[in-house]
Amino acid sequence: MGVYILDDKCVGCSACLKSCPFGAIEVKDKRAGLLNNCSGCGACADSCKFGAIVVEDNRQAEIDLRQYKDVWVIAEHNEGRLRSVTLELLGEGRKLADKLHQDLCALLLGEEIGDMANELICHGAKKVYIAQEPRLAHYQTGPYTDIISNLITTYKPNIVLIGATNQGRDLASRIAARVHTGLTADCTELDINEDGLLAQTRPAFGGNIMATILCPYHRPQMATVRPKVFKPAPRDTSCVGEILPVDSCLNGKCLLCDLLEVIKEAGQGVNLEEAEIVVAGGRGLGKPENLNLIKELAEALGGAVGASRAIVDAGWAPAIHQVGQTGKTVQPKIYIACGISGAVQHLAGMQSADTIIAINKDPDAPIFKVAHYGIVGDLLEILPALTRRLKQTAV
Amino acid sequence: MNIIVCIKQVPDTTDVKIHPETNTLIRDGVKSIVNPFDANALEAALQLKEAVGGKVTAITMGPSQAIDILREAVAMGIDDAVLLSDRAFAGADTLATAYTLAMGIRKIGDYDLIIGGKQAIDGDTAQVGPGIAEQLGIPQVTYAKHMKMDDGMLLVERMLEDGYEVIKTALPVLVTVVKQINEPRYPSLRGLLAAKKKEITVWNAADIGADEKRTGLAGSPTRVVSIFTPQRNTKAVMLEGEPEKAVETLAEVITKLNI
Repeated sequence: MGVYILDDKCVGCSACLKSCPFGAIEVKDKRAGLLNNCSGCGACADSCKFGAIVVEDNRQAEIDLRQYKDVWVIAEHNEGRLRSVTLELLGEGRKLADKLHQDLCALLLGEEIGDMANELICHGAKKVYIAQEPRLAHYQTGPYTDIISNLITTYKPNIVLIGATNQGRDLASRIAARVHTGLTADCTELDINEDGLLAQTRPAFGGNIMATILCPYHRPQMATVRPKVFKPAPRDTSCVGEILPVDSCLNGKCLLCDLLEVIKEAGQGVNLEEAEIVVAGGRGLGKPENLNLIKELAEALGGAVGASRAIVDAGWAPAIHQVGQTGKTVQPKIYIACGISGAVQHLAGMQSADTIIAINKDPDAPIFKVAHYGIVGDLLEILPALTRRLKQTAV
Repeated sequence: MNIIVCIKQVPDTTDVKIHPETNTLIRDGVKSIVNPFDANALEAALQLKEAVGGKVTAITMGPSQAIDILREAVAMGIDDAVLLSDRAFAGADTLATAYTLAMGIRKIGDYDLIIGGKQAIDGDTAQVGPGIAEQLGIPQVTYAKHMKMDDGMLLVERMLEDGYEVIKTALPVLVTVVKQINEPRYPSLRGLLAAKKKEITVWNAADIGADEKRTGLAGSPTRVVSIFTPQRNTKAVMLEGEPEKAVETLAEVITKLNI
C-alpha cells in the first residue's frame, strides 16, 4: 500500500491539498509532493482530475466476508429502561438492514430484562439475543466483552452499532480489539455504499472536518454513535420477533474488577448528553452568582445546564457541565449559548444542535457564525426577562 | 510500583483557526503539545509514585519529533521515556496503534499500572487505551476521576453520565483518566535541566518484535476514504430592537421549536 504522485501528470493545481486529513501534501514549483507525515491513507485518491495520484492497495480480506450477515445493536439500559440512544440505533439500524436485505437484531445483557427485550422487538429488532444473570446487572467491561465477543464469533454479524456513551465506548473498543476488527467512534452519519460497505462519517479535529471511513476487509464493521444523532425507531406493538436466550458463560477470569458501588450524583438529574434543551453559560455572565440565571432559564424549559471551559476552569461550574472538546458533546433540539464567545473548542461540542440561539454583548463574537438566532445585548437584562416570559407561556 | 503512562503528541487546538472563507483549518504555525488528558495521566502517575514509591515511564508512538513531549514528561518528573518510531508505524488506526504500544509496553516489561488520558483531542476516539488492555490481557477502568492504592488493590472512581462508579481492581490494570482527576504540575527548573540531558530510548518495529502486518496502515482495518468540510450555517437571524421586543420574539421562537 502506498501513495505516489506522478510528476508528468501533475499540473500543480493544488486541488489535492484540501483532501488530505494530515496536511501532508505540498505544492512547490507547480508540482505536488508528499511530506514526511503522509500516512498513505489514500484519502487524496479521487481529488486529482489529472490522474496524477496513484494509490496502491494490495490488501485483501483474510476471511470470507459473505459469511457475515445482519445488523446488530448492543442495547444499553439504565434503571430498568432502555437508553434513548438504543432506540436511535434501532431506527438507523433498520435503514441499513433494509438496504442490505438483512435482519436487524439486538443484544441485551443484564438481570430481569425480559420487558426490555419485548421493547426492542416493538422498536424493530427481529431477534433479541439475551443474556441474563445477576452478575450482569451492572455493566462491567470483562463479562460484557466476553459474552458479546463470543456471540460475534458464533453468529457473525456484518455490522455492530453501539451508543457512544461512557459504557458503549469502553465496551466497543475492547470488543473490536478482541475480535480484531475496525471501529469508528462517534459517527454522525451511516450509509451503505455502492460496494455494500458501511460508510461511516464522523467529525475529526473538533468537528471542523468530516471524514468518511470504511472497514473493507474485516468483520464485523463496528461503529459507535453519539446520542441524539439519529431519530429513534417508532414503537409498534404489532412487530414480531424472537427472543433468544444465550449462555452467559461467565468464568471467574473475566471478573477481574469488583464493582463496589454506583453513585448517582444528586442535582444532576438531567443527563446533559441526552437533554432536548441545553442552556449554557460562559464568561459573559460576569460573576459566578449569575450562573443562577442560566439555571433558572434551564429549569423553566425543562433543560440541562451547560458551561464553557472558561467558567469551569474558573470554578464557577462543576466540570460535569462542561460542553466542548475537552468536555461533553451535546446535540439537543435547542442550544442557548449565553455569554459564550464561541471558541473552536466550544463549537466542537455543540455545533450539531438542531437550533442554536446565541446571546452575547459582542456583535462580532464567533458564536453568531454558527447560531440560527442571535441577540446582541446584556444577559443580566435578557435572561430574567426571557425566563419570566417563558414561565407565563407554560401557565 | 511500576507505572507506564501512554501519551500522544497532538496539535494545540487552542491555536487552530478556521479560514473564514473555506472553513478549513489553518494548520500553519500550529504547535504540538502533550494531549491534555495525557498530562492528567502523567500527573496521576507522579502522585501515585509519591504516595507509594516506584518508577514512572512514559511511552509514545510517533515520528521523531514526538520526542519533544517525552522531554516534557521528563521535565514534569517521570523517570524514563520510550519513543516507538518507525516508518512501518505510519498511518496506524486505533487497533494498530494499540498493538504497537502494547508491544512496546511488553518490551519495557515489569509494570503494575498503565495510565493514559481518556482520549486524544485530535482523534477523540477513546479506543487506544482499551485496545492496549485487551492486547495485554489485563482489565481496564476508563474515565477515572479519582484513584488511590488501597491494601495492594487500586480503588478507582469511574465517571458515568449521571454519577460515578467505585471500582476495586487487582494489578496490573490499565486506567484512562478524565481531566477532573487532577491539575497537572508545571515542570520544575531542575526537571527542565534533566529533560535536556535525558537519554530517551527509541525503539523501532524490530526492537519491539512487532509484526509489520499488524502495525501502521497495513495493520489497520479502517480506512479514511474521504474528507470534507461540514456545511455551516453562517447567517443567524438577529433579533434586534428593544430588549423587551427581542425577548418576546425569542420566547416565541423557543416555544415553537419546543413543541
